[in-house]
Amino acid sequence: MIQRWLQHILAYPRLVTALSLLFIVGSGFGIGNLYFRGDYRIFFTDDNPQLLAFEQMQQQFNKSDNILIAIAPADKQVFSAQTLSLVRQLTEAAWQTPYSIRVDSLSNYQHTEAIDDDLWVADLVGEDLGLTGPELNKIAQVALNEPVLVQRLVSGDGAVTAINITLQLPEHNLQQEVKEVWLAVSGMLDTFKASQPDTDFHVSGVVAMNYAFAYEAENDVKTLIPVMFAAILLMLAWLLRSVLASLATLVIIVVTVVSTLGLAGWAGLFLSTATVNVPTILMTLAVADSVHLIATMQFALRRGDSRLQAIQYSLKRNVMPVFITSATTAIGFLTLNFSEVPILRDLGNMTAVGVMLACLFSLVLLPALLLFLPISAGQRQHSVAGSADKTMLWLANMVIRRQQPLFWGMSVLIIGCSALISLNTINDEAVKYFSADTEFRQANDFLEQNLTGATTVDFVIAGNEASAVNQPEFLAVVAGFTEWLQRQPEVLHVNSITDTMKRLNKNMHQDDPAYYRLPDNQQQAAQYLLMYEMSLPFGLDLNNQLNLDKSATRLAVSLQNLGSKQLTAFESRALAYLAEHAGAYSASAASTALMFAHIGERNMASMLQTLPLALVLISLLLVFSLRSWRLGILSLIPNITPALVAFGLWGLLSGEINLALSVVAGMSLGIIVDDTVHFLSKYRAARVEGQATEQAIRYAFTTVGRALWITTVVLVTGFAVLMLSGFRLNSDMGMLTALVILVALIIDFLFLPACLLKFDAKEYKTDASA
Amino acid sequence: MPQLNISQTGMLILVIGLLLGLPAHAATDAGSDKGLQIATEQKQRDTGWGDSESKVLMVLRDSSGNESIRRMRTLALEVIDDGDKSLIIFDEPRDVRGSAFLSHSHPTAEDDQWLYLPAINRTRRIASRNKSGPFMASEFAYEDMSSFELAKYQFRYLREEEVNGVICYVIERIPTDKFSGYSKTIAWVDKAHYRVQKIEFYDKKQSLLKTLLASDYKLYLDKYWRPLLLRMQNHQTGKSTDLVVEELQFNVGRSAADFDVNVLERLR
Repeated sequence: MIQRWLQHILAYPRLVTALSLLFIVGSGFGIGNLYFRGDYRIFFTDDNPQLLAFEQMQQQFNKSDNILIAIAPADKQVFSAQTLSLVRQLTEAAWQTPYSIRVDSLSNYQHTEAIDDDLWVADLVGEDLGLTGPELNKIAQVALNEPVLVQRLVSGDGAVTAINITLQLPEHNLQQEVKEVWLAVSGMLDTFKASQPDTDFHVSGVVAMNYAFAYEAENDVKTLIPVMFAAILLMLAWLLRSVLASLATLVIIVVTVVSTLGLAGWAGLFLSTATVNVPTILMTLAVADSVHLIATMQFALRRGDSRLQAIQYSLKRNVMPVFITSATTAIGFLTLNFSEVPILRDLGNMTAVGVMLACLFSLVLLPALLLFLPISAGQRQHSVAGSADKTMLWLANMVIRRQQPLFWGMSVLIIGCSALISLNTINDEAVKYFSADTEFRQANDFLEQNLTGATTVDFVIAGNEASAVNQPEFLAVVAGFTEWLQRQPEVLHVNSITDTMKRLNKNMHQDDPAYYRLPDNQQQAAQYLLMYEMSLPFGLDLNNQLNLDKSATRLAVSLQNLGSKQLTAFESRALAYLAEHAGAYSASAASTALMFAHIGERNMASMLQTLPLALVLISLLLVFSLRSWRLGILSLIPNITPALVAFGLWGLLSGEINLALSVVAGMSLGIIVDDTVHFLSKYRAARVEGQATEQAIRYAFTTVGRALWITTVVLVTGFAVLMLSGFRLNSDMGMLTALVILVALIIDFLFLPACLLKFDAKEYKTDASA
Repeated sequence: MPQLNISQTGMLILVIGLLLGLPAHAATDAGSDKGLQIATEQKQRDTGWGDSESKVLMVLRDSSGNESIRRMRTLALEVIDDGDKSLIIFDEPRDVRGSAFLSHSHPTAEDDQWLYLPAINRTRRIASRNKSGPFMASEFAYEDMSSFELAKYQFRYLREEEVNGVICYVIERIPTDKFSGYSKTIAWVDKAHYRVQKIEFYDKKQSLLKTLLASDYKLYLDKYWRPLLLRMQNHQTGKSTDLVVEELQFNVGRSAADFDVNVLERLR
């Protein structure tokens, strides 16, 4: 049947080409539907419990989308006339940021003071101040003693200050809005930088992170795809030694990428930080199919076949392997569907579809193209083939000669490396997704070292009725929790309504420090708050700390940058404290950092559950294609061990497993299994012909050794290109996948033969009797 | 900067006007003249009401529809040649019951404001720069609720438009006070009775912040129209506040003495 199908393709190359073009153009139009999303929400499903908690909190209180601008004067003195007037001007300008609903800074901090029996509420750095020596001292003294400000908007040593812009993005076109905000903020800062060359500005915050996600993805597209193209051209030139053959391969790669992206567009998918690299991955995977086909054709041409015969020969020999390897690769990528992270599912599905399209185009369009193009046979003398085959024979003999030491040595090495897996810990910190040389990461590191942690967790404590927040027993619980939080080593700042309450009580008693405590009764608390709220100007209200009917309050906690394990541990500790001491009230915790901290673990758990399924599926496919249960089971060794070894080595190299790495095992399984398929199918063919194990191993090495070596080089190069990404989810994934593929080849060459010699010595039924 | 823009726009209009043979510059002048004229008429029609007393219910809603209620009584006294005086006594939430907010507004000078807190039996003066701030955590700012004075704005007539089924003048008002939270407001004032039907509030970055819809107008003393429902919608946060006038009486016999700071501590 396959024969007839091949005949058709080769009989009507123009028709086949036209139909392919029709399909490519039709699907390619879908690219117009593709759009890009760079916000952090793409990592979470709509029903993610942490996301739901976070959104619920945001509905009750103000949103916490923000831009935080750190201001670091060269003289490390914030409380100078020059810097304070800069802060004042910048605060004023920051109100012009699109979608801003609130700006908090040292200058517009609403300082309260008892003056002549009146409560005076005003900007700490008011417009009417001349910023003379005594005034500066007073401002410094107030600011550095105000728990609301220290380590949030000003560093304890007064060297760095910050302006926080709270934004309410309408989220009609989030990407556009984020960009708008970013451009406005950088434009604003550019003007200030020009007049204040001695002051450094660092921009962080949720919106800056969203922008960085998008920016790094765009950067990936701009840098990785050209590098990938260059790498592929080089490899093709080296492998095929023919301009036209390389051109044909490029055509297949391009149409594969175009139609995959187009189909994704028709399917309503969007591009994201993860899926922008689908083209890069596809180029890598697609190149192998074409190279196999063309190399075999060139071999036949050199043998003296006509072009048509050569193509027929190549197709006959390659249809099954190309299909099987594509299918296993697709299955590997499809395991990503079990990920908790929507964009990783998209990555898996797009790549799986792309791999199958590459297979289709290689088997249908490529032969038609090859018929039109006068492709040369390649230069024989300098061809890699001849020398490689000798090398492979030498390698086979070496492996057979030293089978015992290799078997035991490799076993020990594999087990040893696998043991290192325990060095890995799951860690998902959104900030660390950005490599250390990105602007966003540097701003965050600066903040962390000089002002406050970029990690925040919000707690909501809700009473049982309206105005509960004013009840003394409720306030006592909140104050107790605030103090408990402040005692925790990882906590840098707590923004709590109880600090405001205490201050107001003091102000209402002529600033008598003895009254820096919670009000005595509910009426007092309520009326102090009423007074304070009535005194606050536009945008500086208490809506970010109190809900509408004052039944609940939100505490914002800034922490040192913590790994996801420590962060979830902190969360459980805090919730346990609340369960014990605030049992009468309901309490919850939420933040973007917590969302990321939980997703890593959940994702890992679901991916680990999926792996056995993928293994079983792929092994069944192997059993089917090798037509042998024993070889199918033996194939588990070279299929499982590379991931174990690579993750062990990763424990030495980095030790941090993030979202993207937890999918590498499943994803790479589909790729490395190809090596096993090729090697074992040749081995089996030889055994079935009646050859002994040793001879069959030699046959396998000499027939597919070179091909395996070449595809490994191509794949490792391709995934290594991803290492150039400034986004660690991509660069780590690229590096680990490349490592798995490399280890797989080593195991296939050095360990699999030794295993075969040990466990597959029994004679095969020959073809005649089968 | 803004002056430059105005003069550039002015030049542009002038040039286009000359090209089209239209008296463009005269038209813009007429815009501010007509705006002021309409505002003056509006103020004129609302003069002479004397004093009033009302019961008000405020319903606050957040973006997901949760509600919270405030109740208060309001006394108001018209002051000719100065801003009006008002006294707001809070009834709900219960823990602020008896708190009273006294305001003496002034057309150009800063308003005088005091708050009496029964829990400590003290009156405190409040600085009036908070006029842009929210009133009782609602979507109404102080400045939305204070008396309408011509000196507080620059007016410009824009067009005529139908709102709530009535034909309105559309007037742009630019606040003169730098402590205002708005860059401008646009008011729809009906032609028949000069009643405000709708106001759009633009924040300092020129984005639409809130829309006020006034409805259930009722005629008092055969002359003064008062809306019994004011609905303020914040477009940026999705929150809204309804202000419902439950009772309203005029000529209740209040005098300036009832609005003296010293009466606060004698209130029930």
